[in-house]
Amino acid sequence: MDKKGNPQIDLSQSVDFLVFWGLKTDVKAFCNQNRREKTVQLCNLSRTEKTMIRVNNLIKNYKKVEALAGVDIHVKPGEIFAYLGPNGAGKTTTIRILTGLTQASSGSCCINGFNIEKEVRQAKQQYGLVPQAINLDQELTVQENLIIHGWLYRMKSSEISSRIDALLDYVELLEKKKSQVKTLSGGMKRRLMVARALLHGPKVLFLDEPTVGLDPAIRRKIWALIKKIQTGGTTIFLTTHYIEEAEFLADRVAFLDQGRVVALDSPERLMESLGAWAIDRLVEDGMETVYFKTRNDAERFNTLKSEQYTLRRVNLEDAFLDLTGKKVK
Amino acid sequence: MIHGIIAIYFREMLILRRRLTRQIPSWSISPFLYLTAFSYAVGHGVEIEGHTYMEFLIPGLIAMSSMTQAFAIASEINIARFYWHIFEEFQASPISKVSYVGGEVLAGMTRAMLSILVIMALGFLFGVRLNYGLAFFIALLLNSFVFASLAVALAMVVKSHADQSMLNSFIITPMAFLGGTFFPIDRLPSWAGAFLNLLPLTHASKAIRAACLNQPVSIFSYVLLFAIGVLFFSVAVRCVEKAKD
Ligand SMILES: Nc1ncnc2c1ncn2[C@@H]1O[C@H](COP(=O)(O)OP(=O)(O)OP(=O)(O)O)[C@@H](O)[C@H]1O
Ligand SMILES: [Mg+2]
Repeated sequence: MDKKGNPQIDLSQSVDFLVFWGLKTDVKAFCNQNRREKTVQLCNLSRTEKTMIRVNNLIKNYKKVEALAGVDIHVKPGEIFAYLGPNGAGKTTTIRILTGLTQASSGSCCINGFNIEKEVRQAKQQYGLVPQAINLDQELTVQENLIIHGWLYRMKSSEISSRIDALLDYVELLEKKKSQVKTLSGGMKRRLMVARALLHGPKVLFLDEPTVGLDPAIRRKIWALIKKIQTGGTTIFLTTHYIEEAEFLADRVAFLDQGRVVALDSPERLMESLGAWAIDRLVEDGMETVYFKTRNDAERFNTLKSEQYTLRRVNLEDAFLDLTGKKVK
Repeated sequence: MIHGIIAIYFREMLILRRRLTRQIPSWSISPFLYLTAFSYAVGHGVEIEGHTYMEFLIPGLIAMSSMTQAFAIASEINIARFYWHIFEEFQASPISKVSYVGGEVLAGMTRAMLSILVIMALGFLFGVRLNYGLAFFIALLLNSFVFASLAVALAMVVKSHADQSMLNSFIITPMAFLGGTFFPIDRLPSWAGAFLNLLPLTHASKAIRAACLNQPVSIFSYVLLFAIGVLFFSVAVRCVEKAKD
């Protein structure tokens, strides 16, 4: 992909790719929620309110590090929400707190209306988690890994076996059902983790850096899978430090920097705030980027200058750099 | 609750099944060495309370092995936690802390029982006939319950796998040698005997030996082991929360 080129071209190529991988939407099977309606209202919202993940003033301090400094996020049902930030921004910490692996220092989190500290069991039934590090039982088979998950989530044996076949087919791993996990490739393991996280039919899927360490083709395959899961009605919360991943996948993006959300909006709106066109040019102390509303403005600007420059469309990376105040050196 | 226990237990058993062909030789090697070394080199002609040294030693080995094998679940838990990150899968799932501890403790007890079968078979080959009755099995179960629970508790509070092996050398190895396994503790000075009487393994070897040799069993040892086991189990349940960072 030509990263510095026109992002619209990138996008349409990826869409073709998506179609190629087949958006077969086995919708009902993947959102068969049979949750009982409950009337507990610890989070001051009814179960039908339009917030799937609600994070209020979340703070996490490790001994010396302030990993999260008051994060507020509301994720709507059915959207892909990307949590974007550099290494060490606090992305994993947020997911770990939301999924009960780490204790928050303060703040509250609700998933589908269930408070993760006060209604632990119900909250945990609402989501599936694909953590950053691969956490499969390598010695066991694909099938055995999935069966154990099904039991952890109180599924019936008959339901487990039918879901396993459907999901392995969905992530294109059916022929690996009886293989030991350690014989799978990295991309296959990722897809298996996604299948496992979906086994119990969660409403929310947490994906922590789902494509890190994968080659470009496999990455796109995972992207296509994520889109496919969204069309099944599942809300997706994903972290990434690949900006183009967020740009391609997300309905809304939160920029996280040093434990703070510095911006939260749709990728289009975040980019619009800067303009539509950008010129990168060499100046004395490095690179400078100048933004313009129209291509004409940009071209007019350049006729006045003689240095080397690149004219391109504004992308999400510009918005991120602008907001975090980091200059490309 | 049952679902969670089954899930955790079933996982450990699947892993154990894969390793069984390697486990059985490793379970048999040290008892085999002890039996050969002690019985032929040391124990010849030695008699303790009217029994041959072999008859004295095998129940001790059984107590020791059920302890170490039940405790070995700690290493399994740690590998799953620090190396494979599988513990996160359990933490994220809606099972209770009691289910988690219950499943792991049962797995530890199962390992202990299987390793004992190996020693019983070895003893049989060495021509030692002992009474493996109900009292014997209850004592064995209680001993493995105590140490599997301790193992889960400690596995939850350690911060790395290296800490775990330190615990092994400070708790398990000394207890294995001093807990009335290789020699009767009443031959020691009274202060030492009093101290060793505080160790759960001392009571377990007493109870197991008494049962094997058809001596009168002390109900106190059974009650004590049970109480310690329940205590360790509840500590383990509380420690699961501590495993969050
Ligand atoms: N267990 C821990 N103990 C102490 N500090 C921690 C711990 N976990 C994370 N941190 C610190 O918290 C901050 C946020 O880390 P986190 O893993 O959430 O970042 P991240 O955004 O996921 O980064 P990456 O892109 O590298 O995965 C970092 O400064 C990190 O050093
Ligand atoms: Mg991370």
